[in-house]
Amino acid sequence: MDMTTPLVEMREISIAFGGIKAVDHASVDLHAGEVVGLLGHNGAGKSTLIKILSGAYRADAGEIRIAGEPVAISSPRDAKRHGIETIYQTLALADNVDAAANIFLGRELLTAWGTLDDSAMEAETRKVMGRLNPHFRRFKEPVKALSGGQRQSVAIARAIYFNARVLIMDEPTAALGPAETKQVADLILELKKQGIGIFLISHDLHDVFDLADRVSVMKNGKVVGSAHVRDVTQDEVLGMIISGKCPPGAVAGPGALRS
Amino acid sequence: MTESVPAPATPSQDAKSFADHLRAIEFDARMIGMIAALAVIWLGFNWLSGGAFLTPRNLWNLSVQTASVAVMACGMVLVIVTRNIDLSVGSMLGFVGMVTGLVQAQLLPGLLGFEHPATWLLSILAAVALGGLIGLFQGALIAYLAIPSFIVTLGGLLVWRGGAWWVTQGQTIAPMDSRFRPLGGGIEGAIGTSASWAIGLVICALIVAGIAFARRRRKRYGFALRPLWAEIVLAALACGTVVGAVAIANSYALPAGVARRLVEAKGGTWPEGGLTIGHGLAVPVLLALAVGVAMSFLARRLRFGRYVFSIGGNPEAAQLSGVNTRKVLMLVYGLMGMLVGIAACISTARLNAATNSAGQLDELYVIAAAVIGGTSLAGGVGTIAGAMLGALVMQSLQSGMVLIGVDTPLQNIVVGIVLVLAVWLDGLYRKRLG
Repeated sequence: MDMTTPLVEMREISIAFGGIKAVDHASVDLHAGEVVGLLGHNGAGKSTLIKILSGAYRADAGEIRIAGEPVAISSPRDAKRHGIETIYQTLALADNVDAAANIFLGRELLTAWGTLDDSAMEAETRKVMGRLNPHFRRFKEPVKALSGGQRQSVAIARAIYFNARVLIMDEPTAALGPAETKQVADLILELKKQGIGIFLISHDLHDVFDLADRVSVMKNGKVVGSAHVRDVTQDEVLGMIISGKCPPGAVAGPGALRS
Repeated sequence: MTESVPAPATPSQDAKSFADHLRAIEFDARMIGMIAALAVIWLGFNWLSGGAFLTPRNLWNLSVQTASVAVMACGMVLVIVTRNIDLSVGSMLGFVGMVTGLVQAQLLPGLLGFEHPATWLLSILAAVALGGLIGLFQGALIAYLAIPSFIVTLGGLLVWRGGAWWVTQGQTIAPMDSRFRPLGGGIEGAIGTSASWAIGLVICALIVAGIAFARRRRKRYGFALRPLWAEIVLAALACGTVVGAVAIANSYALPAGVARRLVEAKGGTWPEGGLTIGHGLAVPVLLALAVGVAMSFLARRLRFGRYVFSIGGNPEAAQLSGVNTRKVLMLVYGLMGMLVGIAACISTARLNAATNSAGQLDELYVIAAAVIGGTSLAGGVGTIAGAMLGALVMQSLQSGMVLIGVDTPLQNIVVGIVLVLAVWLDGLYRKRLG
C-alpha cells in the first residue's frame, strides 16, 4: 500500500434500516488515480455503503475523510461539493427532459438575468458528449427516447462534466452490450490517468480484475477483506464473496470468516 | 455507447412525414390539434345556434367566463406535473372569496372608510396571501409529512367548503368595492377600444422581439435554426390572433345608455343618431393572460420550473441531483394557492358578491382543463398554454350548450364524455409518437 493520504477514507461506517444492519463497521479507502472494485452479492451492502458516500443515505456512525479532512456528507449536494460524483445503476435520469437538462440538473447555467441559459447548456452538452459519444445527435429529445448506451453516456457526462475528484460507478456496464462495455472500460482508464479516484461496483469479476487496482469484498454488511488484484486470484476473490474466507494475499476485515 | 440515430441522409428523405416536417420547424403538433378541436367546437355551435356563437358578444363573454378556471389551470399543470393532484381548489376559492369579501365589505371600510381607493388592492393582496398560505400548508403536509396529495386535498375540499360557510354563517356578502368590480369583467371591467389596441400592439411587438431574440441566441451558438419562413409564419399567426382578438372585443358595443353616460361624463354631447362604443378587452382576461405568461416563464425559463418537471420525470433522480424536492413540492402548492386567490378575486368581482358556494366543482373543471390541455397525470409532461387552451375548450362546450338550450344534466354528461374522449385520444397520439 502506498503511504500517501488517501483521497477518500470511509472508516467504521454503519447504517441500519429497521434494525437490519445494512452496513456494519465497514472501512474502505481510495487513492487518487486508483480504481477500487467493490464486490459482493446482492444485499452485501456495497451499494448502501456507496450511497452514504454519495449523500443519498446518512450513516448512523463512522467517519468520512476527503484528502485527510473529516467531512460531513448529509445530502447529494454536499457530496458534489466535495467533488464526489455518482453514476447510479438506475442512471437516475429525468426521462422527460433532454440531455442538457439532465447533465445540469441542480447546477443549471444561468443568464445574467437569472433565467436558464439553455443555449449555453446545450453548447456545453455538445462538447462533453462529443468526447464521450461522438455519434450522439439527439440533443433536443427527452432522454426517454434514447437507447440504453446513449442514456448511459448522458449519466457519465453528468458525472465527469463538473471536474469530479471521486467517481462512483454502480454497475456501469450491467445494461450494455460488449462494444459499449469496452468503451466504458476505456473511459475508466482515461479518467484514472487524469488522477480521478474511482469506486467501481460490479458483479463481473473479470471486469473488476481488468480495471481495478484493488478490490474490497463485502458480505452481510461487513468488509471481508481488501487486496491488490495482483496478490489474489479470481478464485480466491470468489471465495471471499461466497464464503467470506479471506486468502493470505488480502488484508482481513471484520467480516472475514474466522477459522 | 456507439449507438446513434441513423444518419438523416436516408433514401426516404423526400418522403418525410407531416410530423417530421412539423418537428423540423418545431411547431407543436399537439397544440395544432387542440386549436383544430376548438375550431370544430366553435363552428359546430355557431351552426347549431344559428350564428349566435361566433358573435363579438358571445366570444367576449366566453373569454371572461374562462378567466377564473384558466388562472387556476396554470397552477394545476405544475401540481399534476409533479405527479400530484389538488382537489381543494374549488373549495379554497369559496373560502378565500368569502374572506376577501369580508375584508373589503366590513374590515377595510371600518379601518379606512367606505370605498377607500386602496381597498381593491388590499383585497387582492389579502386573497393572494391567504390562498398562498393555505397552499403552503397543504403542500407542507404533502411534502414533509408524506401524506398523499389526493387525501390532503380531498380533506381540503371538505374543510375549506365548510370554512367558507363559517366565515359568515352562510350569509352572502355584497356588494363589492367599485374599484374591485372591474376584475370580474362586465361593462366596468372593459378597458375600452384605444387601450385595447395599445395593449394589442405591445403584445405583437413583444412576440416579434421574442422570436428574433431566440433566433439570434441560437445563431450565436451555431445551432440549427428554424427556416425563416416558419418564423415569419409563426409571428404572423401569433400577431394575427392578437389583433383579431382585440378587433372582436372592440366590436362588441356597449349598451346605448352606458355609452351615452360615458360620453356625457366626458363633457361631450350625445349625437342624434347614437354612437357605437366598443367594450375592448376585459380586465379578467388580461389578468389571466398575464398569469399565463408569467407561469410559462416560470415553468420554462426558471430553475424552479426545471426542478418541477424533473421531479415529475423522476423524483429520485431529482433528489440525487441535489434538488430539494420537498421544498419545491411545497412551493408548487403555495403557488397554486396564490393563483386560487387571484381566481377568487375574479369570481367574487364577477358576481359582485361573495357566496359560500362559489367555486363549487371548479376543481374538476380546472383538472379537466389541464388534462385536456395535454398535462399527463403520470407526471412530467404539460404546458401552461395547453392548459389555458383546455380551459377555453371546456368553457366553449359549456357556453355553447347553454346557448343552444341543452339541459344542465345533459351538459354535465357531454362534458364528462368529452374529457374521457380527449384523454383517450391524447394517449393514442402519445403512443404513436413513442
